[in-house]
Amino acid sequence: MESYSKRKRECPSSPESTQPSSFPDEVLERVLALLTSHKDRSSVSLVCKDWYNAERWSRTRVFIGNCYSVSPEILARRFPNIRCVILKGKPRFSDFNLVPHNWGADIHAWLVAFANNYPFLEELRLKRMAVNDESLEFLALNFPNFKVLSLLSCDGFSTDGLAAITTHCKNLTELDIHENGVEDRSGNWLSCFPESFTSLEVLNYANLSSEVNFDALERLVSRCKSLKVLKVNKSISLEQLQRLLVRAPQLVELGTGTFVQELTPRQCAELESAFNNCKNIHTLSGLWEATVLHLPALYPACSNLTFLNLSYAALQSGELAKLLAHCPRLQRLWVLDTVEDKGLEAVGSNCPLLEELRVFPADPFDEEIIHGVTEAGFLAVSFGCRRLHYVLYFCRQMTNAAVATIVQNCPDFTHFRLCIMNPGQPDYLTNEPMDEAFGAVVRTCTKLQRLSVSGLLTDLTFEYIGNYAKNLEVLSVAFAGSSDWGMQCVLGGCSKLRKLEIRDCPFGNLALLSGLEKYESMRSLWMSACKLTMSGCRRLAREMPRLNVEVMKEDGSDDGHADKVYVYRTVAGPRRDAPPSVLTL
Amino acid sequence: MERLVSFESHHDHDLNLKATELRLGLPGSDEPEKQTTSSVRSNKRASTEISQESNTNNSSVSDDHEDCAPPSKAQVVGWPPIRSYRKNTLQAKNKNESEVGAGIYVKVSVDGAPYLRKIDLKVYKCYPELLEALENMFKLTIGYNGSDYAPTYQDKDGDWMLVGDVPFHMFITSCKRLRIMKGSEARGLGSCV
Repeated sequence: MESYSKRKRECPSSPESTQPSSFPDEVLERVLALLTSHKDRSSVSLVCKDWYNAERWSRTRVFIGNCYSVSPEILARRFPNIRCVILKGKPRFSDFNLVPHNWGADIHAWLVAFANNYPFLEELRLKRMAVNDESLEFLALNFPNFKVLSLLSCDGFSTDGLAAITTHCKNLTELDIHENGVEDRSGNWLSCFPESFTSLEVLNYANLSSEVNFDALERLVSRCKSLKVLKVNKSISLEQLQRLLVRAPQLVELGTGTFVQELTPRQCAELESAFNNCKNIHTLSGLWEATVLHLPALYPACSNLTFLNLSYAALQSGELAKLLAHCPRLQRLWVLDTVEDKGLEAVGSNCPLLEELRVFPADPFDEEIIHGVTEAGFLAVSFGCRRLHYVLYFCRQMTNAAVATIVQNCPDFTHFRLCIMNPGQPDYLTNEPMDEAFGAVVRTCTKLQRLSVSGLLTDLTFEYIGNYAKNLEVLSVAFAGSSDWGMQCVLGGCSKLRKLEIRDCPFGNLALLSGLEKYESMRSLWMSACKLTMSGCRRLAREMPRLNVEVMKEDGSDDGHADKVYVYRTVAGPRRDAPPSVLTL
Repeated sequence: MERLVSFESHHDHDLNLKATELRLGLPGSDEPEKQTTSSVRSNKRASTEISQESNTNNSSVSDDHEDCAPPSKAQVVGWPPIRSYRKNTLQAKNKNESEVGAGIYVKVSVDGAPYLRKIDLKVYKCYPELLEALENMFKLTIGYNGSDYAPTYQDKDGDWMLVGDVPFHMFITSCKRLRIMKGSEARGLGSCV
């Protein structure tokens, strides 16, 4: 039986409740306990004091989009019964090395507070937080009910910290450490799962490079009968994969290891047979080095596939086409641009149910410009996949006309992230700015929540966004705009805006200050390499005390210039853990 | 508005393409860029004879387009916006492309085209298959019989040879990159295939 902090009866004659509640608090709490959406719970808590209290006692999962917007103490005071915490730390541009390495977002203070207030904590999901081995060990030793650890884009820890988790967390069901900056010292951590441990349901260690002890892994997979998600790393060979699949035909999500090896015909048949027995797989990833030689082994497992992540397999168009012919139910597809436009034509022809497409560049940093995908590929997908609503597309050329046609074909876009990789590049056919492209997007796609713009853009793009993008919540802008007016349009027009991130644009203090009233209704604003000055930022900080205005200085830059500015609302006041290079105004 | 693209082209009239070296250091690990037009590293491209007017074969850019030559690559911190994890994985992959069993990816350039392609030589079983794929990819005829284009490759020693001079299986292991040459240079390399 789990321990619950029991709620003490509130004084019945509080001035706010002029009418007695129509049903007892316990009933209200039970009803509210069924609410899962964070937004719904926030709304409920605003109804009246009784509802606020019932909600706070019944909440078990909390989502904190910016770890500095609230303090652990405030959290613990308001919510006594938390089992699951989802916490995000650094600004998103830290993924692209734009945030100083020691900026903050350290998990440790939170863990200490949790140990005091939520000793029954079960689940922790962190994104862009600084996590070190000491913290992982603290976590492993202080929370006996701990079940789920998910770390995404975090850094500061090593495989030693993982070993602490696998050694001590007897009730662990999920360990997902994909895509972090992990110091990979050895694969020992996997062998630290005790032989008596059988509760694992999710294991994702796809981005570690060290080899784990394969026998230990095989035994672990055998005895964890509830294992649903297994994503191994590159060091697992095809032959080893086959042995794992045989032990876990119930898998629902699979991340393979390296998908190439010299196999005998018998081994090929065994591999294909293993895949044939995995009829429940709906998500497939990994597939490093996958080539036309071994991909056919996968085909039997593809009939129920809804998510295929080929972003680490440099397939060519023909290979992709053959594979997609076996994936009629595909809803989400991630590929590298090595498939080129021809490969995307195959997507259009084979995947009528597709909802999400991400095309990543295989050689973005090569000095020589390698042809990837163009507007033709995107067009082909839009003609064949009318349900498309999420796209992330890296390309080297685009036209206004193509984008207009694309959104006509697919008007339901909720996420439109287009990256024309050469900064400030115009429509390559007409040589005009790409304003009309994004104008078409915001006019046609009324459900648009997230937009990333690129190419040569004037203030007109931002006028369009401010006028039409009424559901927009997240906007990313780089190397665009002509003047402060552009940013003013966005701040004035996009009433639902929550996150605005801007780099290398000619927006200055006038634009920044035009959003004075708005920033408290947003999670955060990032502006780097724009035209902000220290005095503008100071003025913002002065006028809006419930915002933290942080300025990150670059070495050797002009003193009056504010190189990187991060503004966010907070009830926790200025933070005390900022490094010297970060000034809170 | 400052733009970080400079539309310069770099001409290397020397046939010695050892100058076309790839930088494998992490981009963006150097000083951050503000003004990049003057500090852009010169873009070394494979083809020596990029014509000034033409862009791709099928573009219809007007002639007085000031940005005729393909743009050079600015080295900008954090751009394109690829997450560090993916970036590191890609760079490790590009270094290790000679793993056993893995594909043999080589760059292919065509005189007159601004962009290169990459193909996996392991996919092809013989010269005719390879040449057909190249013809389809670039939409031109490559031929030794009067066509303007000739396929050449750079071998392990850095020398440029005409494709077809060695047995196919030897070619696969020694070919480091392909260049489809146009014009008199092509004819100069010999018509003996």
